[in-house]
Formats: sequence, C-alpha cells, structure tokens
Amino acid sequence: MTDHVEPASHPAPEPASHPAPEPASHPAPDPSDAHGSVYDGLLGGDPSHWAFGTDFEDPLAGVDTTIPDGVDAHDLGTYCLMLADDALIASQRLAQWTSRAPDLEEDIALANIALDLLGQARLLLARAAAADPSLVPVLPEGSPVPPEDALAFFRESGEFRNVRLVETDNGDFAVTIVKLLVLATARLALLERLASSSDHVLAAVAAKGVKELTYHRDYAGRWFLTLAQGTDESRRRLEAALATVWPLQAELFATHDVERRVAEAGVGVDPATIADDVAVVLAQVFAVSGVDQPTQGALAAVQGRQGRDGLHTEALSLLLAEMQVVARAHPMGRW
Amino acid sequence: MPTTTPAPVESETRKALHDKAMAVARTVTDPEMPMLTLEDLGVLRSVDVDDDGHVVVAITPTYTGCPAMAAMRDDLVRSLQEAGLPGATVRVSLTPAWSSDWISERGRQALRDHGLSAPGRVPARSGPVALSLMPTRREIACPRCGSAQTELTSEFGPTACKALYRCTSCLEPFEHVKEI
Repeated sequence: MTDHVEPASHPAPEPASHPAPEPASHPAPDPSDAHGSVYDGLLGGDPSHWAFGTDFEDPLAGVDTTIPDGVDAHDLGTYCLMLADDALIASQRLAQWTSRAPDLEEDIALANIALDLLGQARLLLARAAAADPSLVPVLPEGSPVPPEDALAFFRESGEFRNVRLVETDNGDFAVTIVKLLVLATARLALLERLASSSDHVLAAVAAKGVKELTYHRDYAGRWFLTLAQGTDESRRRLEAALATVWPLQAELFATHDVERRVAEAGVGVDPATIADDVAVVLAQVFAVSGVDQPTQGALAAVQGRQGRDGLHTEALSLLLAEMQVVARAHPMGRW
Repeated sequence: MPTTTPAPVESETRKALHDKAMAVARTVTDPEMPMLTLEDLGVLRSVDVDDDGHVVVAITPTYTGCPAMAAMRDDLVRSLQEAGLPGATVRVSLTPAWSSDWISERGRQALRDHGLSAPGRVPARSGPVALSLMPTRREIACPRCGSAQTELTSEFGPTACKALYRCTSCLEPFEHVKEI
C-alpha cells in the first residue's frame, strides 16, 4: 500500500505482482462515486462539520483596544494579568475534577464553570498582550503561538499574578465548593463594578462575566448549603474545608499598587471596595446553612509579597508543570 | 510591493454585495444546534461591506468560553466564499453581551420541533445580583408531550447553554436552553 492517497481521477496502476483483492462485503467508500458513499448521510450536506476550525485567531479581532486616557499601559496590562490569572488557574483546578467528580452531573457542572473562566482568561490575556506587548514572553522566531497562549503557557510561576486561593489543591469536594463560593462571590462583586470601566474590553468582559459568575456563585452556594445540612460526614468535611480555605480569602481584598492606580484612572476596581458586599453575601450563606462565621486569620504575606506580586505556593508550580508541559515542548507547534 | 489603492466600490455595488452577503450569512447554522441559524440564535450581529468591497461579519459569543466560535467563523467564511464572496472577515462583537432573549420566535419553534425546550424571558434585574440558594424555578413544558410536570436533573448540560430536565409524565429526558 502507498502511504498517500492518489487523486481519485488518476488511480495508481495496480502492481502486476499484486493479486487482485477479494471483493469485500462492504467496499470502502469511493468519494468520486457518482452515487455517493454510505457515509454521505453523516455529513448532513455540510462537510465543514467534519473539520471544526482549529486555527486560532485574535480573540479581540475587531474590538476597540485603544488604551483609555489617564492609565499607564503597563499597569493596564498587569491588571489584566491579575484578573486573567485568577480565572485561568481556577479554571485549571476545576478542570482537574473532570472524570473524578462525585457524579456525572457535577463533573459536567464543574467543567462548564471551568470553561466560562477559561473564556474570560483568554480574552483578558489577549487584552493584557494588546495593552503592553512587553509582558508577553519571547518565543523562537516564527512561532505560531498567539500572545494569549504565550502568556498562559510560557510564564514562570513567579510571573503569575493570581491570588493564592485559586492555586491551592482541590482537596475534597467540600474544599472545592468553599473555594469556588469565595472566588465566585468576590469575582462577581468585582465584575459588577468593572462593567463600568472606561476600558472597552474590560467593560465588555465584565458585563458578560457577571451573567456567568451569577450561576457559578449560586451553584457553590447551593452545594455549601447541601453539604452543611446533609449528613454528619458532609457537615464535618464542610467545616474542615472552611477552616482550610478561610485564611486565603483576605488576599482577594488586599489592594495592590497596580490595582489602586488603575482604579484611580477609572479603568479598574479597588478590591478593598468590594470586601463588605462579599462579606454580606457569605454571611447570608453561612446563616442559611447554620454554619458559624469562620475566624481563622489571613495567610501571611512573605516580606510584604502575595499572589498579586508573583509570590506563590508550591501548588502553583506543580499545577503549571502539568498545564504547560505540552506547549513548552512544542514552542513551534500549530494546534 | 507596489502599493495600489483599490478603487472604492460604488455604493450601488456595495448595496448589492451587502444584500447578497446578508442572504448567505443568514443561512449559516449553529454548529452545536444545526436546527438554528446564527441569525435565529442572535449570534449574527451585523454584515457590512467595506470600502474595498470585502464582507465583514460580526458575531458574538453566547458564553465567554464558547468553543464553537472558530467553527462559526469558518462556516461563515466558507459559505460566503462558495457564494462568490471571497475574503470575508469575521470579527467578534463583545458588547452588548448575548442574551437568550435574542433567540428569534422562529428559532424557538425550531428548538421545540427538535425536542429542546426554549428559554423563557430573562428576568429583569436592577441593583446587585441576588444570591439564589434554591433551584432555579422555570415554567417548562415537555417538548415531546407538552406536560408541565417536569423536574430538573442538572443545571449544567452538555454545552454551556443547556440544562438537563426530565418529564415526569412521559419520562423522557430533554434539554432546556437556559435563560441568560
């Protein structure tokens, strides 16, 4: 057999030494047969459905990426990285539940939520790259990797700007639910305000994200209530999860210098301004669930540095090793 | 490379090109729900012809992470090319964010005809987003037998835009396109 397909109109001559094949009971489809093949019905008359587009294009094609007045481009790009990295790393963690969740419905739910966050991350990484191209890691000349992928797959852990809450291990289902509740509540409050950003991309991503975070938060809140009011074991696990996760929540509301500056410029949101609203929502969940407000203190900064400064736990390095390994092995790869 | 500016397309030609492009773009279907055209889904936002006579189509994602955007773009470009309108570009329109309210009445009927439950109206919201710790309440009729006796199986389905339901009268499971 030859290892390439001859054009149908010019069939390769059969080698003389080759015996003629026995007629098969189900002959292979001949695409040039005037009567079509048995597989034609599967095409539904639209051959494009066999080959989904796989090449990537600028996800912000046609979107106004002008940098608003009064904000430093590097600050804007860095701020976008902070918002993007929270979503990207949380998405990667949630996706790790795929095929491992307690049942199929939760498997699908967590993957759906991960996909929403990944979509937000992609747009925000693309926005970061458009605002300040110097943020994008340099790849070998001719690499087809788009800027948002370069940012996701070719930065070291110290260059990630996410809060540490999203990078820690999934733990059991209760830990994942508590982490998601805290993240979704804070991110929803933030995006509600960010929807009025003077940056067109941030405003658009935020307005759309509000719709998605609304059901992320509801999902986590409902499971929090279910676990709290379920069995003694689910209650025990939930309370243990809350004690584990609580020290990580304060970082969400600690204002970084970049956040302060972009907030002053009308482009970003100072996270300290959402703390009270988030506390009210979480207190509501705790009250309905009959769970005491946690009292654990915040995880300390290290020499004043936290996740937004690029200071992370070992968990992020391990997560990135898994997430980035294929892309890094093939910097010239076209997917 | 010599730089030559193409002659601007006459406005009459442009109008004809636009009408032709629009007629083609309206026939392109959603890759996940092929009973719906992109227009019926509310994803097709605009069709324009630029000064050089190139077609520019704008589409908006249903959900931020919608993986079907590339397939939609390819289908649009290919359909326009086959209709004699090569070189079309597809751009992303992020604002305003897509709403299930944009699904046309014809689209809703097509969903029902194919065994899917169409979304209800998105509740109007003012002020901060309210937390909802109880299952989402929807008035849903089984798309097969019409019974209102249905139960939610999962708020999340095989694609981001669908929830899973089951009819307790005819016992058939079905998908509901969510309100967003």
